[in-house]
Amino acid sequence: MAEPIIQVRDVHKSFGRVRALRGVSFDVYRGEVVVIIGPSGSGKSTLLRCINHLEKPDAGTIIVDGIPVDDERTNINKVRAEVGMVFQSFNLFPHLTALENVMLAQRVVRKRSAEEAERIAREELAKVGIPEKADSYPSQLSGGQQQRVAIARALAMQPKIMLFDEPTSALDPEMIKEVLDVMLQLAREGMTMVVVSHEMGFVRAAADRILFMDEGQIIEETTPELLFTAPKHERTKQFLSKILH
Amino acid sequence: MEKTARSDVAEKAWPEEVKPKGFSRLAAVDTWWVLVVAVLVLIVGLVQGKPKPFGEIFTFLSDGILVTLRLTVVAFAFILLVGMFGGLGRLSGNPLIKGLASLYVEVIRGIPLLVQLLFIWFALPQVLGNVGNALMGSVPSLGQWLVNLKLSPFAAAVLGFTICYGAYMSEIFRAGIQSIHKGQMEAARSLGMTYVQAMRYVILPQAVRVILPPVGNEFVSLLKDSSLVSVLAVPDLTRRGREYMARTFLSFETWAMVALIYLVLTLTFTRIVAYIERRWSVGR
Repeated sequence: MAEPIIQVRDVHKSFGRVRALRGVSFDVYRGEVVVIIGPSGSGKSTLLRCINHLEKPDAGTIIVDGIPVDDERTNINKVRAEVGMVFQSFNLFPHLTALENVMLAQRVVRKRSAEEAERIAREELAKVGIPEKADSYPSQLSGGQQQRVAIARALAMQPKIMLFDEPTSALDPEMIKEVLDVMLQLAREGMTMVVVSHEMGFVRAAADRILFMDEGQIIEETTPELLFTAPKHERTKQFLSKILH
Repeated sequence: MEKTARSDVAEKAWPEEVKPKGFSRLAAVDTWWVLVVAVLVLIVGLVQGKPKPFGEIFTFLSDGILVTLRLTVVAFAFILLVGMFGGLGRLSGNPLIKGLASLYVEVIRGIPLLVQLLFIWFALPQVLGNVGNALMGSVPSLGQWLVNLKLSPFAAAVLGFTICYGAYMSEIFRAGIQSIHKGQMEAARSLGMTYVQAMRYVILPQAVRVILPPVGNEFVSLLKDSSLVSVLAVPDLTRRGREYMARTFLSFETWAMVALIYLVLTLTFTRIVAYIERRWSVGR
């Protein structure tokens, strides 16, 4: 098997006295969809945020596409430009239109011309299914539409990896599907994805591997088939029984 | 956040539950016009109706009005610059920069504006002269420049206001930047933007909308506080008033005219600020 695109080795991270991560290691290979599940407070989001260095690990190493992200000499902005991230709360820029949201980083980070950035932005907005909302401001969009613009904004950078941090948790039920459909399409196109989510429909349809986290550690690594039919760990069973009513 | 940025005078002046609707709301907006028109009519009436002394006073004061306006606008441009960098400095992760910015803000806010102006006008040349003499041995060109440096009263006034108001403006910028949700910075950085790019394209454009009302207030305060420069021999509106009174002893007529002119200016600028606020919040 080829070199993994993400290598996480023995990562620790504490916030004050709270030990969010205690020795986490895993690999992600090109084109894989890895879903991280687990109870709240288990360190899923912290782990994801360590991958693009929004959180600085206390110990351990993380290598993304051959580059150690917590090395002093690494230009973290170069790494982040290749790693798209989608947040639970969308975090669109409210003073810019949807189109401008998708264009901004292309212009200032990728240094693309206005014409090229706009062309790509319109393509990505069409891909997530809302080309007609290009000139709307985020406040004029529904939650599902905002999240799709946020995905388009990340995709316009043509990243090698996409990170999703509970992308549907802040959405009303009727909007969850439109976001998951976009994510499923991305997965089918072969995008490398690391997803924190409890959407079991998405897990079943798209996940190559599942990491179950509890109390800052990965306690079970499994596949969708095995997760639902034969969870190994007692805590995994308990967790599943709670979310699969 | 959009809610706070959207402020219109009529909405601000009334508590939510008694906010006038429709026709009465129109009336609330109109009080401003009534007031401005009344003050203008009063000024014109006095100048036309009693040219002696009011017409004479107005003519004498008119170049002072221009000095006051020029001083306020020039100083405000510098104040905005200092405020932006001061505010960013107070939020810096670098302890040295943060410490210096905090020291500046705390010290300057603790000293009265008038005392600062007097210090810059009377004491600063002496300080600079001494520093210049001390540097004569090591860096003669810089030393000579400092000894010969002579600030005009106008430049000293701009410097004084920039230092003093810059400290208050730093706090306004700091609060404005802090009011932007931290997810905005994270989203910008996660796209590969540097800290400076994220500030410039994402955080500051939003913060500016939030801080527009207090910044507008500062402008109007500065316009009024600019009257303090009359002690530095800057021929502003207040200084011209003092000169005219010293010549004629017409205290009431002179100071009434000065007060009315300030009132028209502040009412007008308050209105302009409210207009800009409304324009900026459209569609956002």
